[in-house]
Amino acid sequence: MTDSKYFTTTKKGEIFELKAELNSDKKEKKKEAVKKVIASMTVGKDVSALFPDVVNCMQTDNLELKKLVYLYLMNYAKSQPDMAIMAVNTFVKDCEDPNPLIRALAVRTMGCIRVDKITEYLCEPLRKCLKDEDPYVRKTAAVCVAKLHDINAQLVEDQGFLDTLKDLISDSNPMVVANAVAALSEIAESHPNSNLLDLNPQTINKLLTALNECTEWGQIFILDCLANYTPRDDRESQSICERVTPRLSHANSAVVLSAVKVLMKFMEMLPKDLDYYGTLLKKLAPPLVTLLSAEPELQYVALRNINLIVQKRPEILKHEMKVFFVKYNDPIYVKLEKLDIMIRLASQANIAQVLAELKEYATEVDVDFVRKAVRAIGRCAIKVEQSAERCVSTLLDLIQTKVNYVVQEAIVVIKDIFRKYPNKYESVIATLCENLDSLDEPEARAAMIWIVGEYAERIDNADELLESFLEGFHDESTQVQLQLLTAIVKLFLKKPTETQELVQQVLSLATQDSDNPDLRDRGYIYWRLLSTDPVAAKEVVLAEKPLISEETDLIEPTLLEELICHIGTLASVYHKPPSAFVEGSRGVQHRRIPPRAGSVESAESPEVGQSGPSEAPSAVIPSQGDLLGDLLNLDLAPPTTTVPSVQPSMQMGAMDLLGGGLDSLMGDESDTLGGDIGGSPSMGAGLGAAPTAMPAALGGVPPVGGGLGDLFDLGGGVGMPTGFYVVPKTLWLPAMKAKGLEISGTFARRGGIIQMDMSLTNKAMSVMTDFAIQFNRNSFGLAPAGPLQVLTPLSPNQTIDVSLPLSTTGPVMKMEPLNNLQVAVKNNIDVFYFSCQFPLSLLFVEDGKMERQVFLATWKDIPNDNEAQFQIKDIHLNSDAASNKLQGSNIFTIAKRTVEGQDMLYQSIKLTNSIWVLAEMRVQTGNPNYTLSIKCRAPEVCQFVYQCYEMVLKN
Amino acid sequence: MIHSLFLVNASGDIFLEKHWKSVVSRSVCDYFFEALERATEPENVPPVIPTPHHYLINVLRHRIYFVAVIQSEVPPLFVIEFLHRVVDTFQDYFGVCTEAAIKDNVVVVYELLEEMLDNGFPLATESNILKELIKPPTILRTVVNTITGSTNVGEQLPTGQLSVVPWRRTGVKYTNNEAYFDVVEEIDAIIDKSGSTITAEIQGVVDACVKLTGMPDLTLSFMNPRLLDDVSFHPCVRFKRWEAERILSFIPPDGNFRLLSYHVSSQNLVAIPVYVKHNISFREGSSQGRFELTLGPKQTMGKAVESVLVSSQLPRGVLNANLNASQGTYTFDPVTKLLSWDVGKINPQKLPSLKGSVSLQTGASKPDENPTINIQFKIQQLAISGLKVNRLDMYGEKYKPFKGIKYMTKAGKFQVRT
Repeated sequence: MTDSKYFTTTKKGEIFELKAELNSDKKEKKKEAVKKVIASMTVGKDVSALFPDVVNCMQTDNLELKKLVYLYLMNYAKSQPDMAIMAVNTFVKDCEDPNPLIRALAVRTMGCIRVDKITEYLCEPLRKCLKDEDPYVRKTAAVCVAKLHDINAQLVEDQGFLDTLKDLISDSNPMVVANAVAALSEIAESHPNSNLLDLNPQTINKLLTALNECTEWGQIFILDCLANYTPRDDRESQSICERVTPRLSHANSAVVLSAVKVLMKFMEMLPKDLDYYGTLLKKLAPPLVTLLSAEPELQYVALRNINLIVQKRPEILKHEMKVFFVKYNDPIYVKLEKLDIMIRLASQANIAQVLAELKEYATEVDVDFVRKAVRAIGRCAIKVEQSAERCVSTLLDLIQTKVNYVVQEAIVVIKDIFRKYPNKYESVIATLCENLDSLDEPEARAAMIWIVGEYAERIDNADELLESFLEGFHDESTQVQLQLLTAIVKLFLKKPTETQELVQQVLSLATQDSDNPDLRDRGYIYWRLLSTDPVAAKEVVLAEKPLISEETDLIEPTLLEELICHIGTLASVYHKPPSAFVEGSRGVQHRRIPPRAGSVESAESPEVGQSGPSEAPSAVIPSQGDLLGDLLNLDLAPPTTTVPSVQPSMQMGAMDLLGGGLDSLMGDESDTLGGDIGGSPSMGAGLGAAPTAMPAALGGVPPVGGGLGDLFDLGGGVGMPTGFYVVPKTLWLPAMKAKGLEISGTFARRGGIIQMDMSLTNKAMSVMTDFAIQFNRNSFGLAPAGPLQVLTPLSPNQTIDVSLPLSTTGPVMKMEPLNNLQVAVKNNIDVFYFSCQFPLSLLFVEDGKMERQVFLATWKDIPNDNEAQFQIKDIHLNSDAASNKLQGSNIFTIAKRTVEGQDMLYQSIKLTNSIWVLAEMRVQTGNPNYTLSIKCRAPEVCQFVYQCYEMVLKN
Repeated sequence: MIHSLFLVNASGDIFLEKHWKSVVSRSVCDYFFEALERATEPENVPPVIPTPHHYLINVLRHRIYFVAVIQSEVPPLFVIEFLHRVVDTFQDYFGVCTEAAIKDNVVVVYELLEEMLDNGFPLATESNILKELIKPPTILRTVVNTITGSTNVGEQLPTGQLSVVPWRRTGVKYTNNEAYFDVVEEIDAIIDKSGSTITAEIQGVVDACVKLTGMPDLTLSFMNPRLLDDVSFHPCVRFKRWEAERILSFIPPDGNFRLLSYHVSSQNLVAIPVYVKHNISFREGSSQGRFELTLGPKQTMGKAVESVLVSSQLPRGVLNANLNASQGTYTFDPVTKLLSWDVGKINPQKLPSLKGSVSLQTGASKPDENPTINIQFKIQQLAISGLKVNRLDMYGEKYKPFKGIKYMTKAGKFQVRT
């Protein structure tokens, strides 16, 4: 009578049979049928067709049956969302059940049904359950929030569940606290920058209290959460360490390792002379050793982490070398890890023991392991200088075994030993040469050839040896070919007389008969070196080589620090930063070990440990004022008045920018240099070319806008108010002028904020980063209101759109033309300059509607000399539509008068610098040409205001 | 957290899958099968296998691979510990943890897995609590259930789940109140050719079987507690009391549990209870080799060494072994080259020996590797570290319980190099 009976009916009519049984009146039969369905489901059979029948069984007071139906629902609701709705009522009812077990079960199951329609119904029951009187229900509900967040994050935020979850951290029941922490941690993973787990001393205290009382799994969640906290000072750090230390004696290895993580991170803050620091170090060793007596897979994870710990703090395990000795029946992955740690712990004190062990391993059966053991002997020689001699003699012993792969590995590591201790162990070369024939692996052959070439003068028959390799030159791997080429050239430089023929041979083999470009190139370089200047060749080829470093395989310190903060995670198993590989951890926070108390850094804010990738790229130019100040100082160029045309003056502007920009960006304090550049006509001409490429946006309406204008025409007839007209983007900086950076852009006024919209395109081959922007002084004081937000590096062929908000509070200098703007953009490659022109309507403010009376008075007040008259042609709008359209660009119609079939519109405009512009527009019905009279105290603007009118009305 | 679980049998078939979040296609296991193929031995499959979108963490127990699928950063030890808990629970429920047992009880298995994890978060993993929620199948209960129509799912909220002592249920009643403790020590050692100890350490556990009525509060003290400097406790042990007084004070779970495990490191002197004299030699050019092995007791505090089993993986070139055992029986498997010798008890007056010759395959050269000898043994009534329980006291209840303590020493990974 076992469950296997559920598998027996595999006949064709199975589903049909089950259907009948599910609809049976007998409770027992029903339950058996559901069991059969579940059994089929577990082995991956599709029983979704039975959905309605199974759901019908849900209304029952039999708890087991209910649970079974729930199991089924969770599995199939996704494929039958409409049917799943049928179950909602029962869920909602169960959430009110007097039995907390049922309430919890209902809310738990509901969360597992990943159907949008159901989640809506889940909110109310979940809210109740989060505040349930029974902690069992509350803790289940906490996890349910994480489930819901996974399905619909927005809903969870809108419903305020996150705040409720945060409140649960202060719950009286430790299990509820632990689950709330776990749920928040999981949610935080997909919201790297949200401050969900806002850790402060109060919450930390609550977590530490809960830590003592919750289950082992809860302890893991809490410890992992604690590891994210940065204590304020060393006292707090110590008190947390003291309360975490008992966890090291937990039977669950995951708890132990998480506790190790917290301690490793926080002890960094403790002063090293503190007694407690020493005590803590001592306490860390035993639990780590204990992890190694666990099951092999636990050992593996532990060993990967211990590998990090011994790199960070070798003192913890320096006396525990023996526990890393390999047992012959350890799985291979454990053996290899142990070996690695043995080398890291090797020191003068224990090297004899280690070597004896390694020698023992070199006679084992597993080839991979034996190879690694032989290599380890070489690494010991390089790491512990005093042991080098013993290592070499051990390696020679191993070579004597004549086991092929052992000999080959030994030769490879002996080469490394030679590179670390040159001219010390050459006596062994003879022994090595004896084994020449048995070498069949490229790495070993290359190593042997290197040795022969390097010590050619001491090997009598070096030429013969190398010649023997040369015979099968084309069958060798590239590695060997390259090495052979170099070795023979070395030999030639050492014994030029006897080996001329040999070197000729290898050079022609490498250059003429090879299709490998690396080999050919190297061959040609040697050939030319040798033929042009043999002395120089000798200096190059036989130059003294730097010694190889002690430990080339150490993890780089910053990465190590980050990994120490992630002990016990996948990152620590792979020794890669968490951001590098785990999907779903978008924008993982880079963790840093907090600074030790008393160090300079401790003055920084506690956020130091949390500095995320969101940090804006720091502005390259520290203060805008400085640059602009420099620009002004350097404005030694001939005054614009002397230049008859507009174009050259723009060029001069660009030059000024260059002079000053370079000056301040490069930190060069020489004013004269900048001035010289600015004044030098040749430079100016070269740079002045940039602005010429820019279309004179102001001179005429860009043709691109035509289609759009038609659309507006239609709308305009109805009299709809329209928004600010944005000129399509034009090319400001062509790629060829800016080493591949292309910038096109336009200006817009949105909701009273001036914005410069730019598209940056990388047309170069390399990635661009570190963007920054600066403006030269201009007529209206436009200046960037913030840094240029290009957060991600711009890869080749990528285009990024940025909107730069502008303020009008920058320094003012009258430009020619008035609306000219000179811009400097910097990236990692260089600084580039261009100028562009903005429509004046950019500066029309929203409160530009003048009182009628004031208008009348002002109009009269402004002398008639200041009045300018323009014709706007080909406008097919009636006066109302036109006034509507203009209003979108903050040109306000104050009054309208109709005289003799002619509409007179009186309009006012206010510029950002509080200049008022008054206008009178005459529109004659049937006449497509408008007459515009503009009056302003600063008549220079009139021309540009007219251009705006034309631009707005025609588009 | 833990996304899904797949159970894979020795022949590489997935015979059960369970998903705690969205369904992960079983094709994800293809990466596991690839790793399985690459591994020379079933044990050599790496525990953590990366795939493009998931990570597979597996343990091999009872010839079944338990493959957990995770998607985001989850502590691997957390997953492995959980898988161990699954294995233990299955064993606890079904007596054995085999494919057949799991298939026979597939619905219970499913119910258990559902109860153990919620959305990948552990929910109830304590055997005590699980047993209240889902009754273990017994033949009697199955019969009773079929007759009466009752179920094997508990109707009540497991009380332990929320109390301060979640490991113990309330209302425990026994007619015979008893508390038994087993101190079991395993020696892990590597002995080199010459018989000297390279490394030796002791893994000790104190397992308890406590069947006491009500809410007893126990204290256990040792004669020599300073031996225990590296300990892992069951959550029931009050750590502060241990720190201060070196006394184990606890309210025990009901039934069997591991009270404490400890580790006596290689830095302490560990007594080695047996010695091996060996001579395994092959001569160059000869197809015969000599094989001699003699065992003897050493540092056993006068106790007998029993259940001795010697095994050794002989070199691949060995064809057969022709040996003579002075006691017990030996077998040699010519395919796996595994030699095992069931010695039994060591009699100090007449030391057991295994002598004879081994023949090499024709043409095989003298083997390079030296076989390692693996020894298993048991010594009753001895904790080799010298650990001794001083006394056990009970508070909180009025009755007098039966108390008992047993000691045993076993070989763990005890290896002799030749």
